[in-house]
Order: sequence, then C-alpha cells, then structure tokens
Amino acid sequence: MKFQPVIGLEVHCQLKTDSKIFCGCSTKFGAEPNSQTCPVCLGMPGSLPVLNRKVVEFAIKAGLATNCSISHRSVFARKNYFYPDLPKGYQISQFEEPICRKGWLDIQVDGIEKRIGITRIHMEEDAGKLVHGDVAGLEEGSGVDLNRACTPLLEIVSEPDLRSSDEAVAYLKQLHRIVTWLGICDGNMEEGSFRCDANVSVMPLGSETFGTRAEIKNVNSFKFVKQAIEYEIQRQIDLIEDGGTVVQETRLFDPNSGRTRSMRGKEEAHDYRYFPDPDLVPLVIDADWVQRAHGELPELPEHKQQRFITEYGVTGYDAEVLTASRSLAEYFEECVAFHHNAKAVSNWIMGEVTRALNDSGTTIDACPVLPKTLADLLKLIDSGAISGKIAKTVFDEMWRSGKEPGAIVEEQGLLQVSDSGAIEAIIDEIMAANQGQVEEYRGGKEKVFGFFVGQVMKASKGKANPALVNELLLARLKG
Amino acid sequence: MELFDFTIHELHEKLITKEVSSVEATRSILARIEAVEPRVGSFITITPEQALADAEAADRRIAAGEADCLTGIPLALKDIFLTEGIRTTCASRILHNFIPPYSATSWEKLRERGAVLLGKLNQDEFAMGSSSESSAFGITRNPWDTTRIPGGSSGGSAAAIAARQATATLGTDTGGSIRQPSSHCGCVGLKPTYGRVSRYGVIAFASSLDQVGPLTRDVTDCAVMLGAVAGYDPKDSTSINAPVPDYRAALTGDVRGLTIGLPSEYFIAGLDPDVQKVMDEAIATYRGLGAEFVEISLPHTDYAVATYYLIATAEASSNLARYDGVRFGHRSEQAEGLIDMMTKSRSEGFGMEVKRRIMLGTYALSSGYYDAYYVKAQKVRTLIMRDFIQAFEGVDAILTPVAPTPAFKIGEMVNDPLQMYLSDIFTIPVNLAGTCALSVPAGFSADGLPIGLQLIGKPFGEETILRAAHAFERATVWHTKKAPL
Repeated sequence: MKFQPVIGLEVHCQLKTDSKIFCGCSTKFGAEPNSQTCPVCLGMPGSLPVLNRKVVEFAIKAGLATNCSISHRSVFARKNYFYPDLPKGYQISQFEEPICRKGWLDIQVDGIEKRIGITRIHMEEDAGKLVHGDVAGLEEGSGVDLNRACTPLLEIVSEPDLRSSDEAVAYLKQLHRIVTWLGICDGNMEEGSFRCDANVSVMPLGSETFGTRAEIKNVNSFKFVKQAIEYEIQRQIDLIEDGGTVVQETRLFDPNSGRTRSMRGKEEAHDYRYFPDPDLVPLVIDADWVQRAHGELPELPEHKQQRFITEYGVTGYDAEVLTASRSLAEYFEECVAFHHNAKAVSNWIMGEVTRALNDSGTTIDACPVLPKTLADLLKLIDSGAISGKIAKTVFDEMWRSGKEPGAIVEEQGLLQVSDSGAIEAIIDEIMAANQGQVEEYRGGKEKVFGFFVGQVMKASKGKANPALVNELLLARLKG
Repeated sequence: MELFDFTIHELHEKLITKEVSSVEATRSILARIEAVEPRVGSFITITPEQALADAEAADRRIAAGEADCLTGIPLALKDIFLTEGIRTTCASRILHNFIPPYSATSWEKLRERGAVLLGKLNQDEFAMGSSSESSAFGITRNPWDTTRIPGGSSGGSAAAIAARQATATLGTDTGGSIRQPSSHCGCVGLKPTYGRVSRYGVIAFASSLDQVGPLTRDVTDCAVMLGAVAGYDPKDSTSINAPVPDYRAALTGDVRGLTIGLPSEYFIAGLDPDVQKVMDEAIATYRGLGAEFVEISLPHTDYAVATYYLIATAEASSNLARYDGVRFGHRSEQAEGLIDMMTKSRSEGFGMEVKRRIMLGTYALSSGYYDAYYVKAQKVRTLIMRDFIQAFEGVDAILTPVAPTPAFKIGEMVNDPLQMYLSDIFTIPVNLAGTCALSVPAGFSADGLPIGLQLIGKPFGEETILRAAHAFERATVWHTKKAPL
C-alpha cells in the first residue's frame, strides 16, 4: 500500500522586544541566572501581569504578513499545569480567541507552488528553564533560571496542509524569512528563538480521512525537521504494515539518533483547564491600529523577489538568493540605485561579497564594504577604467582597509591601459623575444595565441585592456 | 476616652493640634493590643518596632506641618496585603515563612501618607471562609462575645476595630469578606466597585471578584480610607482609570429624596427575627430622614451562591497553583524528586477548606465539565449583573441585611461547609455584579450581638452609599457602642 503523509506545524517564535510580555524585565539572552526577574515573572503572590504593547504590534504585523485576519477582540487565557520552571503554575496564552486567524503562506517545492493555510497565531509567555548540577553555586541537584520566564512568544499554527518533509521545510523557511524580515524575531534556532513542533500522520494514498497523529517535540533546525518528519512517517508506515495501529501521543525527537521516542500517551495528556485570565482585560484592536501596523510593514519578501525579476531583470534564482534576508535585499537595491547594472551588482553580491562574508564569518549587516562603495567599484569596471580581474584585487583591499576603490586604483596605479600605442609597443617587444612561438602561430598552431595574451597581460601588470590586447595581438600576429 | 478609642478624624485633630503625638497614640494602641489580644486573637504578626518607627517619622512630618489626614494614624492590615520585609502569610502554613520583596499598592499609598503599621491581621486561610476559623494561626474571637466568630474572611480586620486594637484596618472582599465581619463586629466596612482599588500586591483568591476596602469605626473614617487607597494603578490591568472623588465631601447628611430599593428576594420569610427587626427599624429611620423606599426584584438571586462557588473556586484553583514550594513558602522535607516535592509541599501547606476549594475549582474547569459549570456560571453572572443594572434604573441604592443571622458560635458550622457558604447569600451577588456595597452598624440582637445593614450602590456610586450610611449613622447611636471586653 502507498501512504500519504499529512503534516501540520506549530512554530514558536520569540519576539525581539526589549522587555518581557507582562513585566518590564529585560529579555536579553545569556545573563546571570535569575538576574532578569521581578515579582511578576517570578510569580510572586499578589503580582499581576500588564501586557506589553509592542508584543501586540509584532503579533499584528506577523498576522498581516501571513494574510491572517486580525481579531477585533482577543482574550488571554490561562493554561494550567505544574512544572518547576513555570512560576505561576499556569502559562498565560490565548486559547479560544487568538489575535490572528485564517491566514496562508505560499511555498515552492521543485518549482511547484502550493498554498499552506495558517489556522491561527497567538501571543503567550515563555517558561523558565531548569539547570541541572553544572552551575556555579549549585554542587548538586537542580536549579531554576527564570530569566526566560515571561518572554514573549508567538505561536503560529499551520493547517495540516503539508504533504512531505520537503514541504514542511519549505514552509518553515518561508515563515522564518518572514518573521526575521519583519524584525520581530531574530530567528536564532540554536538559542531557541524559532522552534517547531510537528504533527505527523499517514493515511492510505487517495484516502480522505487523516490517520492518527503524533506530535513531535523539540525539532530545532531545518535539518532536524526533515529528519524527524521522515523518521516519523516511516515509523508509522512500518507500524501499520506490520498490522499495528498508530496511537495518539507526544514524541520527542532525539537529534543524536535521528529517531523519535514516546514522551507521553493520550491517557497521560494534560488537561490544561484553559479559562480566560481574569487578571487581563480582553484585548481590543481597532481598525486604526491595524491600519497603522499595515503602514509600517516593509515590502514583504515574496513581493520583493517578484519585483527584482520584473524591475531589474535578474533571474528567478538570483532573486530568491537576494531576498533570503531583508538586509541582503536592501543592500542589493541600494547598490543598484547607485549603479544601474543590476546583473553586475547581483553577480558581485552573490560572488565576491558572499565569499568575503563567509570567509570572515560576518553578515551583510556588518559588511565593511557599503553598497555605495561597491557601486563605485562596479562603475570603474563598466567604464573600462579597470578590468574585472583587477577589480577583485581592489575589492579585497576595500574590504581590508575600507578605502574608496578610486583611491586604491590611483595609489596602486591599477588604471587599465587602453592606449593602443602603448599596448602595441609591448606586443612588439614580446614578439621579438619569442620568435619561435610567432613562427608556430603563423604555421597554424593557433593555441599559442593564449600564450601571447598571457605574456602581454603579465608585462602590463594586468592593466592592459584585455579586449584591446586581443584585437591588436591578432592583427600583429596575422602580420 | 482612651487614645485607642478614637476614630481617624478625631485622632487627626489631636495630632495636628499637637495635643497628642503619634508615638503616644501608637503606644496606647500597642498596650491595648497586648492587653486584649489573648482574648481576641486579631493578629498574626504584631510589629511594635515598625509601628514606633513609623510613628516617630509621622511626628516629624506633623512637626514640619506636612501632615496628611492619615499621618500618624495607627493601622493594621489583613495578612493578605504584601508588606515588604514583613512576613505575609495569608493565614496559610504554605506561606508561614514568606517575607515579601515588595508591598501592595494600597499599603504603599497609606504609607506615603504617613500611616503607622501595627501589624498583620488574622483571616480565613487565603480569604476562604466566613468565620476566620480556617486560619493556620488560630482562630479570632468576636470581641462582643468571645464564644462567637467575628465573621470572615477579614475577621481579624473587623475584630481589631471592635476590640480597639487599631484605628482602622484594610480587608479584602471576594464574596462578603469585609461586609459580613463588619456586620458581626459592629464596624463600618466597604467593598468598593471592582477596579476602584488596585489589587497589586494583594494575594489573589478569585481575581475577578477580589476587591480591597476599609474597615473603620465610623463612616467618615471609611470615606477617608477609601479616598486614600482608591485610584488607577498601571500595575493592575483591571483597575479603572477614573478620577477619585472627595468621598468625605459627599457626607452631607442629607438623604431627602433618595430612592432606596428593597429587593423582595432578600427579605424572605425565615429571616432571623433580630435581623428582620433591625432592618425594619433602619427603614423607619431612613423614612424619617426623608428617603423613599420602593420594592424591587433581583430575580436571579437564588443562583448567586452556586454561581459564586463555581467562579471563585475555578479562579482560586489556578491562582493557588504558584504555591508549589519551588521559589518561596513552605517546602516539604519529606519529598523525593520534583513532582513529589510539589505534591507534598501543597499537601502539607494548605488547610482543609483551601484544598476543598482547589478541588472544586479544578473540577469546574476540567475538560468535559467546563461548559456545564464554568461557562454556565459566567452566563448566570451576566444575568445577575443585569438584575442590578435594571434595578438601578429606578433606585439610587439598595438596602438589605448583610448576613442572615448575627455572628454564630465558634465551631458551629465548621463541619457544615454548605451552611457556611449560605451565610454569604446577601453579599455574594454584589461581588458577582462588580458593584459597591457597605455595611454600617444598625442595631443589636437580643443577645447583644451587632447587626449591620447593607447599602448597595451603583458601579462607582460609593459617594451615594457613603452619604446614606453617614446620614443613618448621625441619626443613630449604634456606632458609638463598645464591645464589652
């Protein structure tokens, strides 16, 4: 029997606000344990939550960018469960009335476009974390670090519209690009700023009825998502083919073994006893607020990608690479604004700039060569002042010293020689010194031509205009 | 008259005229506490050093001519208010060792005015009860008859007023916890409109019902205290951003033309004859003052107690989840492992009544029961609110008994929680409706036990009920009677 996998993803992204969702504590990562806490995020008796307005703005933006409708009224609810890293014994989340509903994202796999539904987006607070034995001042036993408690999260829940691990990864990447693009999430998967649970089931191909699903927790990289989903699909298929049945359960992905294992079954599933949080009044978002957020949205990646193709004539592939992040896309556009040869700008960003960034381990935001300076360099190439080859040397120098390309060219005397008299003089010298090769060429061995080009370029220290060298050399050799 | 007998406004006069100092008044009250505390048991924690330091600071402020109406006034707080650096237990073993790192907004406000803190008052554990018998720190006795309960949950707050152990106190009211003990102990107690006073730093029982309010010797003091603690607090999302009126200025003594409603559902056959008699006399007094009475109906009254015990326990079951032994409070020493530690700490730390309500509330919120209990209770709550809104279209205030009987005997209802729950039948609907109400002394039973009357006001109608209560107080002598301790 053939099987059809059915996948839905629940993504948690930590919002890039300065302070927590219900108190004024800092959200900075990596501080001394419990140094960023107050009575509210410690769940002290008598403390009360106050909603951070920025979190709402970010949630509205995420909703608009994923084609959701923004709820006029939404309600915070308490999700009740006991765990030592959950200070109040409940998490403030949204349940029956989330802030965003019914959106979608388009993804592409193997050139085929597909629309993936988004069920809902809601705001909630994160929990703290347990630290076991390896912290200063804690010789044995476990400690609780509540710095992360009460940091703002968005949970973005997809419809079960995904049909393969590749689609799941494509969706996740698209979502990742959007939230980082909007500047609402830093997207750091290692630090857990963008994490994902996957609901996976299989059904016989052609069936309309979904199979029983397992929820896989702890899949925190694109690679692991693919691995975990594929493992889980195969596990379920094997189970069914061996005459077994899939049980509804929560499973944990182990990145070391690449397998999922059962965490808790349906019987042990929590009854979270959700109810509206009486400490927070319903959140009312008027049309003006949505309108304002809409006005503040940047041009979204998909739109920009399309526009790069139509407006600048770059290839589909180039447009996708250039819009991988908002900073990269902006770098490209800024550069094109100074120098209208989009193809050259695109080639240089995807070539030299990317290589240099990778070599030095920096990102485009910290690129020492600014778009304007890169444009200046490309202008020198296109005007024939320097060759493309020399330009690479100049670029390296720009990267290292931060100097203007014009200055480097001048200081190092790298201007291209396009004076035919000067080039002819060099050609004559080379031909005189290599009579044997001249004879060979004239005897029909045209391969020798390359040798002469090389010699001339070398003698000119690379500065001779290559096209002119070709033309003049050909004329002279043909004699 | 001793210094401990004075009201806030009387003592204030003596303080600013330098007739007495705050230190003298405070010493007088501390001595009184020492003398009567073994018979009453109003306090969980007495803070004499703090009190004298506060009083000295107040005297300096008075000397500098910067005295406020509360500067140098010795007060005590229900042990549900967080007081920075001073143990706050909520009368529970689970918080027997809890020293808060911050103070409740309402106490901060009183402190800024120069009030003196005498200590923390006994109550029912986590404010769950009507008799102050569920405290982990022993019972409080009614100063009028020490074989009887003072009411609850703010029993210590009311008993301390009646026993002259504080000039005024703060309590909280979730289903009658200020008004019922005020009625039983013969003091004035007001539950403000929900959102009028900040809940920040007040240990939560049922968040949508809890409200902070004063217990005082007379209505003027009540107006002064309310004015001091009321107002918007950005730290409490449910507090209302509306200006605080000058409540004392509302005490004109004039109730002519005031229309008062008498809900037929509250004046039922079988009402305790003493209570009935006091109500009849009070109505006559008001008529004499020029107020008019109309019969009204609050048709959903019968459902109020059931509704309350679903909503309040549901919220409490969640509010009390934070007491897990992890970060503060009692931690079991018998435990092995995290889950066991939390389970044992809670089992050892919470008392019977608290456990009963956590279980009730957990049940009401459970999957499969949520719609039938919690959601339905919320719908009924809306109907009860609507009852009041409709009634207030025709009346300025509503007059009812506070409790169906005067204070009962200690131990009488401990084993009958349902009967105990019913003793709040006249106060609970006000919390569900979110409006304001007060209890003012209105007479005594044949046994000499105080009986209060309840005036219910429109939302943010505190001025009206204070004015009505003040006029009644001026026309009667009940508030001047002293408990025979």
